[in-house]
Amino acid sequence: MTTHTIKVKVNGVEYVREVEPRRLLSDFLRHDLGLTGTHVGCEHGLCGACTILFDGEPVRSCLMFAVQANGHEVTTVEALGTPEKMHPLQEAFHEKHALQCGYCTPGFLMTLKPFLETHPNPTDEEIREAIDGNLCRCTGYEHIIEAVKLAAEKMATRS
Amino acid sequence: MAGRVFGQSIPRNEDPYLLTGQAKFIDDIELPGMLHAAFYRSDYAHARIKKIDVSEARKLPGVIAVYTAEDFGEFVRPGPLQVPPPTAIKGSIFHARPLMPIAKDKVRYSGEPLAVIIAENRYIAEDAMDYIVAELEPLPAVTDLEKALEPGAPLVHEDLESNLAALVKQERGNYEEAAAKADVVIKKKIYVDRGAGAAMENRGLVVNWDDRAREMTIWATTQAPIPLRNSIATRLGLFEEQVRVITPFIGGGFGPKIMTSQPDDVLLPIIAMWLKRPIKWIEDRRENFLATTSERDQIHYAEIALTRDGIILGVKDVFYHNTGAYDPYGMTVPLNTQTHTVSCYEVPNFYTEIRMVFTNEYVVTPVRGAGRPEGVFVMERLLDYAAQELGMDPAEIRRRNLLRKERFPYPTGIIGQDFVEGVLDSGDYPETLRRVMEVIEYEKFRKEIQPQLRAQGKHKGIGIVCFTEGTAVGPYEGARVTVGANGKVTVATGISTQGQGHFTVFAQIAAEQLGVDVKDVNVITGDTGHFHWGAGTFASRGMGVAGTAVYNAAVKVRQKALQFGARFLGVSEDEVELCDGKVCVKGDPSRSMPLGEIALKANPTRGTIEPGVEPGLEATAYFGPPYGATGAGAVAMIVDVDPETMAVNIEKFAIVHDCGTVVNPLLLEGQVMGGVHMGIGNAFYEKIKYDENGQLLTASLMDYLIPQATDMPKEMIVEHLETPSPLNPLGMKGVGEAGAIPTPACFMQALEDALYEYRLQIDETPLNPSRLWELVQQAPKK
Repeated sequence: MTTHTIKVKVNGVEYVREVEPRRLLSDFLRHDLGLTGTHVGCEHGLCGACTILFDGEPVRSCLMFAVQANGHEVTTVEALGTPEKMHPLQEAFHEKHALQCGYCTPGFLMTLKPFLETHPNPTDEEIREAIDGNLCRCTGYEHIIEAVKLAAEKMATRS
Repeated sequence: MAGRVFGQSIPRNEDPYLLTGQAKFIDDIELPGMLHAAFYRSDYAHARIKKIDVSEARKLPGVIAVYTAEDFGEFVRPGPLQVPPPTAIKGSIFHARPLMPIAKDKVRYSGEPLAVIIAENRYIAEDAMDYIVAELEPLPAVTDLEKALEPGAPLVHEDLESNLAALVKQERGNYEEAAAKADVVIKKKIYVDRGAGAAMENRGLVVNWDDRAREMTIWATTQAPIPLRNSIATRLGLFEEQVRVITPFIGGGFGPKIMTSQPDDVLLPIIAMWLKRPIKWIEDRRENFLATTSERDQIHYAEIALTRDGIILGVKDVFYHNTGAYDPYGMTVPLNTQTHTVSCYEVPNFYTEIRMVFTNEYVVTPVRGAGRPEGVFVMERLLDYAAQELGMDPAEIRRRNLLRKERFPYPTGIIGQDFVEGVLDSGDYPETLRRVMEVIEYEKFRKEIQPQLRAQGKHKGIGIVCFTEGTAVGPYEGARVTVGANGKVTVATGISTQGQGHFTVFAQIAAEQLGVDVKDVNVITGDTGHFHWGAGTFASRGMGVAGTAVYNAAVKVRQKALQFGARFLGVSEDEVELCDGKVCVKGDPSRSMPLGEIALKANPTRGTIEPGVEPGLEATAYFGPPYGATGAGAVAMIVDVDPETMAVNIEKFAIVHDCGTVVNPLLLEGQVMGGVHMGIGNAFYEKIKYDENGQLLTASLMDYLIPQATDMPKEMIVEHLETPSPLNPLGMKGVGEAGAIPTPACFMQALEDALYEYRLQIDETPLNPSRLWELVQQAPKK
């Protein structure tokens, strides 16, 4: 199969790679670049586990081809924080027990990062709407909602 | 009995890795030379195989091999049967038809593998499917549980006389005599349809056969690593020690990942050995619906006999249980239904009969709840119909019949999934009901709020139900606790983890005994190279069984630390104590020795170890209870129904739950809320639907609806009652399935109460807005 050369900036690093036109962006990130923090739960755009930031906007990386990312900027969960120095959103998820198996979590985090930037003081209802496109099978969402409120507080006091 | 760390809300050790994308899940594993597998599956549910031509698929560049049943030769045989037949129950009939690893001669469910493709990558493996030509002769499909048992029905297994997979009858007292004396007897047909485990991570397997070392390493998303290792070793003719199963982080279990005999489990290790290259298979979401087990799907003919005062005299329940095309997991699910139908009530006469049926649908094995929600749904619905008939309040009829706390231990006379008679060990069921009524302000809602709302034309209803959860069943689990020379502690146990928090709660148990920080305890679960005895993660038994083994081992290590420490410090054992990671002389903190140093000295390189002393600051212990500990609770919910659209808004959900001693309140709350989420799905959103041809109509998350954040209760109240179980030293009971068990029954009661103008008697779950609308149209107005 023919391949295309693409140039993508991922987490601030520029990558030039040869890809088949059918290669999913999620597979490209995970298996070509080794950024396995982005998880794949359904491959049909419904669970939200594979959510990344595409030029700053949350998108589902399983619904895009890698070639569509040519010339664009992608941010994955790996850019958010490290185990030693977590982002306030990650700290809040930890403190409020907003994750159990953790599989859906990167998708939630990447959905919520831009949300909190535009909603520094969100209501419960706004949070529910914001995460409605991300499925979690473990938590029942309640602790996630609490974590988002805590994260908003943390971010307000630190900024 | 909260201690320094035990009983405290400690955030989890494992979180930082999961939150930053650093945790390793199965699809993150890359090995040099790795190949990728895909399964070519039957579109027909029931068909005779005429011919499968894979010759063109084999020619596709990048395809390494394509196998059909005939290529596997003698490896194509059924099994293993994961759970043995219920011989403990007298007179029971059970026809074992464990799974076939690949369809041979005949297809029995849609999605059954016909061929396995191995290719350089998954894209090519899936391309190759287009080149396979399968000639199948369709047969009439068996999908209706009752028609399946009629004479002349097509047979799923033609060597059997009928589609009856099992027949089990159990009785305490004499129902027919009780019913003859009753003031009221209510009979109903009740359906509980099928739902998926639907873990966010699908299943997967990575197999590496090292031909020169003669060793196989398997990474698997299994809830039962040790049974998986054992069955693979047996089939391949290897020693167990030649096979190591490792579970990486697993993205949710919920029951179906307990299976160790699915086609992929059996075939991929064989292929890896043949090809001498690592093989990865990651299930996609469609396959997860088609070919990962799911559960519920029962039809009940249920009766309740009562006095005029609402006192239960007896219950009878004859039910059909769909096991699907095979029954590899024995009768666990329907036996749980039998043990959970009447369990929290005083029911002197109880007759229960399982008619387990083979169908041309995929196999039914436990999903969170595992037969318990069905039993509770039947009983709680019966009580609601009775309350309606007798003009009683739903809470009152329950209060009158709940078992009193002085009845414990209460032998039930019904044998359960663990093949011993169920005994309710402890609890205070009336207190959970009283407290849930209090926290949801039941009386106030009924007497003050609801009348006003109704006067305003609003449709807000309340539901309240009780339940038990049989947990922490045997046979046993084990654990090894080791203090390293670094003074830190390693805990290894045989069960595996799918998000429950074992890395933290087991660490809390060990840390409490050894006086170390929770963060300094490294917990290893699900790696047969580290611990190779055990059964697995199921039936809410992680804490109660494996957790108790961790406790037993930690207590031994503590004793050993004091014994060795005293000797090394030159004092007697009763003169020392543990303090801050050290053994100290009581009253003289200047004389102490760190645990790490004791560990090092306990493994000497010269000198001798005294007879009877085992080296190292390490101990292994096991725990197996005589029967499972039973948790219990009561739930209540307030729903707001839009009578035009039948959209349901859950305003408030309250649960008062008793799982004995609480190890970590924060994590416990998470477990309960997660269970409630699945219960809400099972009540109003999630339905696995097969058509009359055995075609699965809900094989995507577009068709199979998992509750989203906006579907969940706007307010959740979770409270605990702690009645310690006498069955283990810490008094723990399980909780993993609790929330899923009572929720559908409570949901239906609340709906009936909301739509009060109708004489609505909901006898099925799950519903959805359009089905609810149909039921309302059929219901007479009051």
